[in-house]
Amino acid sequence: MILTNTTNYFAELVSYLSEQMGLGGQILAYVIVAAIYLGFFAVAGLLLVYIERRVAAFFQLRLGPNRVGPWGLLQTIADALKLLSKEIFGTNRKDKLLYNTAYYLVIIASLVALSVIPFSIGVQAYDLNIGVFFISAVSSVGVLGIIFGGWGSNNKYSLIGGMRSGLQMISYELSSGLAILTIILMAGTLQMSGIIEAQRDGFFIWRGHIPALIAFFVFVIAGTAESNRTPFDLAEGEAELGAGYHSEYSGMGFAFFFLAEFINMFIISAIAVTLFFGGWLAPFHLTDGLAYQPLWGAIWFFLKVSVMIFLLMWFRWTFPRLRIDQLLTLEWKYLLPIGLINIVLMAILVYFNLVF
Amino acid sequence: MEQVTLNTADLKSQEYFLNMGPQHPATHGVLRLILTLDGEVVKNIEPDLGYIHRSIEKQCEYEGYKQIIHLTDRMDYLSAHINNEAVALAIEQALEIEVPERVKVIRTIMGELTRIASHLLWWGVMGMDVGALTTFMYAFRDREMINDIMEETCGARLTMSYSTPGGVMFDLHPNFVKRIKEFIPHLRSVIPKYDELLTGNVIFQKRMKGVGYMSYEDAISHGASGPVARGSGVSCDRRKKGPYSAFASQDIDFKEIIYTEGDNLARYNVRMKEMLQSLNIIEQLIDNIPDDGIQAKTRALIKLPKGEFLQRVETARGDLGVYIVSDGKKNPYRVKFRSPGFSNLNALIEIGKGHLIADLVAIMSTLDFVVPDIDR
Repeated sequence: MILTNTTNYFAELVSYLSEQMGLGGQILAYVIVAAIYLGFFAVAGLLLVYIERRVAAFFQLRLGPNRVGPWGLLQTIADALKLLSKEIFGTNRKDKLLYNTAYYLVIIASLVALSVIPFSIGVQAYDLNIGVFFISAVSSVGVLGIIFGGWGSNNKYSLIGGMRSGLQMISYELSSGLAILTIILMAGTLQMSGIIEAQRDGFFIWRGHIPALIAFFVFVIAGTAESNRTPFDLAEGEAELGAGYHSEYSGMGFAFFFLAEFINMFIISAIAVTLFFGGWLAPFHLTDGLAYQPLWGAIWFFLKVSVMIFLLMWFRWTFPRLRIDQLLTLEWKYLLPIGLINIVLMAILVYFNLVF
Repeated sequence: MEQVTLNTADLKSQEYFLNMGPQHPATHGVLRLILTLDGEVVKNIEPDLGYIHRSIEKQCEYEGYKQIIHLTDRMDYLSAHINNEAVALAIEQALEIEVPERVKVIRTIMGELTRIASHLLWWGVMGMDVGALTTFMYAFRDREMINDIMEETCGARLTMSYSTPGGVMFDLHPNFVKRIKEFIPHLRSVIPKYDELLTGNVIFQKRMKGVGYMSYEDAISHGASGPVARGSGVSCDRRKKGPYSAFASQDIDFKEIIYTEGDNLARYNVRMKEMLQSLNIIEQLIDNIPDDGIQAKTRALIKLPKGEFLQRVETARGDLGVYIVSDGKKNPYRVKFRSPGFSNLNALIEIGKGHLIADLVAIMSTLDFVVPDIDR
């Protein structure tokens, strides 16, 4: 197993403050780390919404938001403020408990998943030794939120949306899990930082021959499905279900679902970048000898992630939506068998040491 | 009006009602469909009409013949010009007026432009209904050019009211021919791009092929017309079967697009090909528009002779029939519009059954409803 010998800045902060101030300092450190992540969550969410709208606009011969602030950067903030000030109301006879916990589940799931993603060298809230597994486990909790929202709203459109989402996520978790496993076979560790360290001599997408490429495609498809985006946005299915599972949410309830969707897109992209493109590692060791390594790492990480996010946005604004039976056919009849065969292929490659 | 009642006693244990509309993005207006669903499978469809009923037929009985034309704009607002033309033709037929050749050509060109605009809008919305949101903007960009041409000549972009009994309201704008000549190559060049974006997409093909099958017999028995019927192999183009305006007076070479598959893709292809045919028609007419006036002599107050008059035209949606009963007064005794949308909605009830909700939306899209056309 490959262990990282770089420092984790968050862990250092915790140990420093607890040494200085005891238990109180430790709690303070945790609060600071949580605040940083919440801040990142909000900023990244708003920024992604802005980018999505701009990218969509350029795909659609429009300009997109360009009036509020420089280049319309403050537009999403204005929208968020509007959503904050809106009255929260739902349907009559909704299931209050499920209805009100739904969006917290969704947002907590994506927030927790965010915590194990390595943004740069040592910039990772918790370098869990089962990092990748942890992410896929936690992101499944988000499905519960969507199903709760669909069921609790007391609206048939929401219910259909929620059930579709349940079907979709449970199915596609398998494929994304298999794709992740394929790469883990090469890395030999589930730890996110370990996976990145293992790619120092070349990213897995190059080193893994064809199986890694197949795994990448499977992962991107499954990831798009998991983040509920076109062509897999059946849970919302605008033309069919109005807004699907979040039809009956207003104000911040809706905003949480909306933000979580964008953060999920970020998480999917971040995992894909970590597994296949070496996370914060510089391609071809371009910036290896330079000073400020963590900064360079962050730059490379966010660059790669933006390319992935752009890819996902490209899908969204060009593809039509699948039908629910086609969605399940694609998963169970194509992606899953391909993934299974692929993992065997990769196992053979790794066993005979044929990877680069 | 008959009230649609939901009787839960008739439902099987797994089934439930879903109220689709009147406010629903897929119904393109205020159409209400009461669906009986089993899971997501549509077991029964019951349309409930009347949400945008404005008694246009009744209003016509209180208006003079010249005013009726303005009401027809608001029926199928996407083929407004063709509706106008239909009423004008019916009145001219009753008065036995021969309109100048220039009027015929102008009306035909405008009619075909309207058809292209309508099909473009349909294409954009079709993409939205199957989840491809970008098509909408592309279609509207190109439709805008037609709207501008319309605006220049007759001052209105959607509800033109351009035809009058005996002629057209204004002469063509000097820029008209130039603008059309810019538009034709432009649309010719973008339609292949449309195909790249949507038609060729594998997901789109899978969503369309074999879905919403309507047989030749069904199309006839439901009274379907226009691209809907032509997608099932029924030859029903009024421009060929009962030529009017320049289709009768000039030798126009165009093909009636007929597909025999009867599914969504066939109806889709019919409309896509029809746009090109409409371009052909315009191209043949645009170069030699005769110059013999834009108005035949009519009296200020039109009175139709006693009798019944019928004029059928081909709108973007199909066969529009204008049936006027006159008792010799200055306003009609009875006006009846046979709207294509209403019959096509009939077809939906049959062909939508057994499909998933998503397919129902796609089928509705290929049937191309304009709800004010159904309700009037």
